[in-house]
Amino acid sequence: MSEIRIRKSVPGSVRRGEVFEIKTLIAHPMDNGFMYTRGGVRIQRQIIHRFEAVYNGKTIFQADWHVAVSTNPFISFFAVAAESGMIEFRWYDDNGEVYTDSAEILVT
Amino acid sequence: MRSFARIAVLAGSAAFTIAALALEPDLPDGEFPVSGYRFMGPQVQQLQDDDFLNPGWFAVEFGAELWQEKAGDRNLSCQSCHGDASESMRGVAARYPQYDEHRTGLINLEGRINEMRSRYMNAAEYPLESEQLLAITAYVTHQANGSPMNVDITGKAAPYWQQGRDLYTRRQGQLDLACSQCHDERAGLMLRGDRISQGHVNGFPVYRLIWRSMGSRHRMFRWCNWAVRAEPHELGSDEYLSLELYLAWRGRGLPIESPAVRP
Repeated sequence: MSEIRIRKSVPGSVRRGEVFEIKTLIAHPMDNGFMYTRGGVRIQRQIIHRFEAVYNGKTIFQADWHVAVSTNPFISFFAVAAESGMIEFRWYDDNGEVYTDSAEILVT
Repeated sequence: MRSFARIAVLAGSAAFTIAALALEPDLPDGEFPVSGYRFMGPQVQQLQDDDFLNPGWFAVEFGAELWQEKAGDRNLSCQSCHGDASESMRGVAARYPQYDEHRTGLINLEGRINEMRSRYMNAAEYPLESEQLLAITAYVTHQANGSPMNVDITGKAAPYWQQGRDLYTRRQGQLDLACSQCHDERAGLMLRGDRISQGHVNGFPVYRLIWRSMGSRHRMFRWCNWAVRAEPHELGSDEYLSLELYLAWRGRGLPIESPAVRP
């Protein structure tokens, strides 16, 4: 991909105290470092090794990923919101890049 | 002695489980044509059905961006002429490949997209099997979702159909296998860990799990040739265009299913 492609599913509005699901999917090869090209050259490990979800500046979910996590990693988790705000997702690539995306949640 | 008996019982139940697993999918009996979807395990079917998880959607979404992206001297995008793809491209992919007068040969959807870029947009053609070409092809094919494959094999297309049929039925490679020996005569049976499908092309371009990426019909043909240890033809070659025409005809009536996921 010319740029990292991200899909997310976040409810635009939720009731206060309601448990809701958040899903994200990111297009990433997650090269585990054990594969070789057809020419026999080892493909360097390059994975997303960490995922974080931050709501209004506070980390609400985090995960360390390792080499067994598949291509295009998917994650789903549940949350409860007390007030409206912005959820930000961060994916930390081995190459130092951090991919981000965000969504607003309105609490009614 | 007793433990030996127990092992025998265990082995027996294991064999039974394997047999039961092999029979598990709801396989069509004598039905034709049947999409590769029906030959996949339920996990892969779920992956394809889930619009959020299906990785083919990355390509379709990227293709939707490319549809609107202006390129070339004339500063045109696909949309400049064709407008809303959901209207103008509805059912189009189901009619490819087809005979093309300009080319005096067959052209497939990828070829048509590239022809549009070079002839009308004065833009560079996308390289075959590039991310861009797969994405725009997947996007256009998606607009034909549900349309039954219906290619024209009459007139000037007829000799190509014949050539495709010859390729399909001819034994080749070190394993000396013809496509038809697996996909006609042994569809539904196991080939090691894989279930043999009828070899239809209604889902392409597909997201293939073992590739971890999208691939075109021609990439699949190359893979199949390689799998029987035959020398693959080039992407976009006349041989593969003919085979593509034959297979599209062979699966006529099957609805286009894009973006498909295949194992």
